[in-house]
Amino acid sequence: MPDHASVGWIDIIVILAYLSVTAYLGWLGYRGTRSAADFLVGGRSAHPVIMAVSYGATFISTAAIVGFGGVAGLFGMSLLWLTFLNIGVGILIAFIVLGEPTRRLGHHLGAHTFPELLGQRYQSRGIQIFAGVLIFLFMPLYAAAVMTGGSVFAATQFGIDFEVALLIFALITAAYVIPGGIKAVMYTDTFQGFVMVLAMIFLLVFTYSSLGGVTEAHQYLTDMEAMVPAPLAQIGHQGWTEMPAFGWGAPTYDLWWIVVTAIILGVGIGVLAQPQLAVRFMTVRSRRELDRAVPIGAIFIMLMTGTPFLVGSLSNAWFAQNGPILNGKVIQELDAEKNQALVELMQQTDSGAWTAIINPKTQAPATAALIVSERQEAEEASGTRFELVGGRSSAVTYVKGDADTIIPTFISTALPHWFGAIFFLALLAAAMSTMSSQFHTIGTAAGRDLYERIGTKGQPREPSLLVMRLAIVVGLLIAVTISYTVRQEYIVARFTAIFFGLCAAAFLPAYIGGLFSRRVTKAGALASMTVGLVVSLFWLLLVKAKEASAIGLVQLVTGGKTSLLADYPNWPSVDPIVVALPAALLTLILVSAFTRPPAAEHLDRCFPETR
Amino acid sequence: MLGLDDPFVLTAYLGIIALAVLSILYGLIRRNAARDEVTDEDRQWALEEKKVDDEF
Repeated sequence: MPDHASVGWIDIIVILAYLSVTAYLGWLGYRGTRSAADFLVGGRSAHPVIMAVSYGATFISTAAIVGFGGVAGLFGMSLLWLTFLNIGVGILIAFIVLGEPTRRLGHHLGAHTFPELLGQRYQSRGIQIFAGVLIFLFMPLYAAAVMTGGSVFAATQFGIDFEVALLIFALITAAYVIPGGIKAVMYTDTFQGFVMVLAMIFLLVFTYSSLGGVTEAHQYLTDMEAMVPAPLAQIGHQGWTEMPAFGWGAPTYDLWWIVVTAIILGVGIGVLAQPQLAVRFMTVRSRRELDRAVPIGAIFIMLMTGTPFLVGSLSNAWFAQNGPILNGKVIQELDAEKNQALVELMQQTDSGAWTAIINPKTQAPATAALIVSERQEAEEASGTRFELVGGRSSAVTYVKGDADTIIPTFISTALPHWFGAIFFLALLAAAMSTMSSQFHTIGTAAGRDLYERIGTKGQPREPSLLVMRLAIVVGLLIAVTISYTVRQEYIVARFTAIFFGLCAAAFLPAYIGGLFSRRVTKAGALASMTVGLVVSLFWLLLVKAKEASAIGLVQLVTGGKTSLLADYPNWPSVDPIVVALPAALLTLILVSAFTRPPAAEHLDRCFPETR
Repeated sequence: MLGLDDPFVLTAYLGIIALAVLSILYGLIRRNAARDEVTDEDRQWALEEKKVDDEF
């Protein structure tokens, strides 16, 4: 790969200009109105753009851009369904259906955190503590995804080791979230949001124009279907502009179940039960403000997720046209008309002879599908004459299958270096706005939902800022440790999907039931949350092969298998959400049907409008 | 169409654009449709939120 990794004076000027504007806006914000609550206290309305962009900036992070963009580079444009759900569910349903009831219920009950909302709605200290524990334990996993995404990008862009980038990223995060930077300064969020929007528009336009236009770019990628790496083709990858093969009962359908259940459904639905996003609705002034934020929110999410998913996929076409030339020996013609061939990769030794490149994972000669552009006679180290071919391959080949590095590698290779610096800042901003809300949620879960509620002799304790800050430090250390130790296939997207799926299974039925039904009971909600969590954890520990085999418990239980259902094709690829969410919903309905409904006075307090 | 042969991927691509247009239309139509008033309860809630936030 060409070496673009360095920091020039233009980068430094760009970074300084960006930081100066951010600091100036932060200072302006601190002098006056800064948070959503300030707007509400003052009885004023936050501009819908500010409301929508700061919500979007909390939602979107390096996990979406680097992690899921990289997954799109690996699996293709089927991920566009996630953008579809992000807009349809994450914006339209969340803002139009859930936003106003959440705002009203939170204000009626005086709830300020998501666990508090559930606890007050169901008059249950246990539910509040349960939700607080779940958030405190699992939110660091999501924070680790954001941190890994940012660190991988910084490492690629600036040519430093991942560990060094992670350390720097962790220090910046600590400096931002521990001393009080977690207050949502909405003007700063909005400015950073605009930088992200401009960066995404530039990235999209650049990618399409460098490939000759929208249709030409798609068509070129469509024509590369024969070049899908064999391990992906074996699980159902049919090309970067095709859905994976759909079916049940054979390993060739695994990819469909991975992409659709884990990547698309887990995150697409899980967004509705994200604690840090649900509380945002409470800081909104009125239904009108929510309605007005819908268009901006939709366009923001479309650009922030649609662009990386398209660019991730199209990076395969870009590298096939512009990537460094690879050499080797043809072992199979894939499509003679398009000059596509499977090639055993070779390198030239000092003596001028050619030898095979050995894949360190398989200890066998490395192979890749190339678009062959040159052929010549050459000699192997053994003295045998052969036809040496040269050509370019997909992005997946150049990053050696590491999806998390596809977007960073594309940006550092294809785009001007100054854009890499801006994009890095946009990513840093996206990461910080998401992580500040993640750690704020961890802090309030520990301080408000756990420490205050688990009082002595059942009496609530006074709030403790020390506990909140300690929880943030502990959460940060756990997140950094996870980022440092776990480096596997598309881990950024997987961590995010696990957290979103857990939240959906444990919280979604009780949350939606609490907003819309007077019949749902405390026992029903608690049982539903327990079933959702237990089934999800069971599935992650013992059934879902990728996660279960990484954790290791399943090998002990089954004597070395990667899943309890290893002998039943496709089950080990199915995400927990497919089983856990229906189970939790059914539990909520059944247990509520057989237990006593809440007192009428309490329901009148929750829903005075329908009294 | 658009170089995307798979109808499911094409549907997602065009569906994203359609949802964005729908969202814009929704925002325009509902611009002033809902009530916009801040109650004492809302203000009280915001004061508490601000207190926690400021202490934090």
